Amino acid sequence: MKKTPLYKTHVELGAKMIDFGGWMMPVQYTGIIEEHNAVRNTAGIFDVSHMGEIFIEGPEALAFADYLVTNDLSGMTRGKVIYSPMCYENGGCVDDVLIYCFGLNKVLLAVNASNIEKDYAWISENRGSFDVSVMNLSDDYAQIAIQGPASQDILQGIAGKWASLSDLGFFAFADGVLLGGREVLISRTGYTGEDGFEVYLRPEFAEQLFLGILAEGKERIKPCGLGARDTLRFESCLPLYGNELSTEISPLQAGLDYFVRFPDREYIGREALQRESKEGTRRRITGFEMIDRGIARHGYDVFDSGGKQIGFVTSGSFCPTLSKNMGLALIESEYSSKGIDIGIGIRDRITKAVTVGKPFYKKKYKKREEIK
Amino acid sequence: MMNEAELKYSKDHEWVGVDGDAAYVGITNYAQIQLGDIVYVELPEVGIEIDKDEVVCAVESVKTAADILMPVSGVVTDVNKELEDTPEMINTSPYEAWIIQVKIRDMAELDGLMNESEYADFCEKED
Repeated sequence: MKKTPLYKTHVELGAKMIDFGGWMMPVQYTGIIEEHNAVRNTAGIFDVSHMGEIFIEGPEALAFADYLVTNDLSGMTRGKVIYSPMCYENGGCVDDVLIYCFGLNKVLLAVNASNIEKDYAWISENRGSFDVSVMNLSDDYAQIAIQGPASQDILQGIAGKWASLSDLGFFAFADGVLLGGREVLISRTGYTGEDGFEVYLRPEFAEQLFLGILAEGKERIKPCGLGARDTLRFESCLPLYGNELSTEISPLQAGLDYFVRFPDREYIGREALQRESKEGTRRRITGFEMIDRGIARHGYDVFDSGGKQIGFVTSGSFCPTLSKNMGLALIESEYSSKGIDIGIGIRDRITKAVTVGKPFYKKKYKKREEIK
Repeated sequence: MMNEAELKYSKDHEWVGVDGDAAYVGITNYAQIQLGDIVYVELPEVGIEIDKDEVVCAVESVKTAADILMPVSGVVTDVNKELEDTPEMINTSPYEAWIIQVKIRDMAELDGLMNESEYADFCEKED
């Protein structure tokens, strides 16, 4: 079982540890709902060191990254971050990643923990004649996410005069920033639907920074586990690879049309995705709200009002902020508009639900003009 | 309401409070800690008869769904409707938040359950 550099810290803080794709990770410290609410109301801190860091370097680094992903990287400049699915030729999804642009000759792909080896192999074997080298440096980085409306204030308290976080825009990053006396890479990104930051740093500095941020934030910040990370991303309808995206589920089916661009350029999967876009997706990730009592869970069957199976649940949970039981399901496209009665197969019966719009919780990102 | 020392305990972490041939059934403190924040209890219909170790209902936390197994065979004579609106009672007071009441079919089945100290040892081994 793999452990992050913060394993000991989690145990000392009383976290409940679980096996998450081969990693010993905290699922919760005091309770998922309490941690979820901390992020919505003030701030939470997450260890996400299990995530992978793959670097592409060389004269054609940015061009190669552009060839690998479905989003358009042509506007990228040093210090920008962009989200994108990365697809196979058939339009199925290898992973969804954040791309950090250091310039034309260097990019960082932040990838999902369970996909590190697969992504590294995929990227390496598609290098072709691109003049680049690909390095998996996942073990050289710890990653800490600080999320919630008080994040900036707390981190600024740690940074003091050495950095100005208000200068960091949404989906922007800065490298070599001094945070608690150590150089880190920091971006205004996250996976909770709130304003927040992700910090990449050397593993040996992780504990000091993690505890330093908790001490700085005092009652305004809580350590949060993967349980709250999942409910937070779910309420905001941010896709989870393995649930809403997979080798079988294209980004268009996942509703990520905005991140699948067809400018005048080639990339892996373009042909299949363009065809799917033109013909219309056969099935679509659709939000729903439970009408009857019950909680839909990943893998449960979905039926139309006549009892015909039309798909399956990809994620489902009680939503702490909304106090409602919601779900996301991959269902036939004709059922994907709002207000359609559907049924969820929960244990031995079909339970009533209705399709709704996404996201369930409106994201509270701070775009440039709102950052003070 | 329930005195933990007088309860019987199952290997599936249900507690049984026996009163004549009736029994209240809930889940233990150990079980509620394992589950985390409980947000839904699916109650069975009153009047159904279920055998020992068969699924009678389900308790769901934010993270997961857990089946509740009948610790003894019998007929479900009552359900705790309060849990429909306040499932978190199981977290805050697991030994007050009974889930079902059962009319026990065979009193001898109670002998297969653990007492408080046996159950405490059992939980220690589970960790």
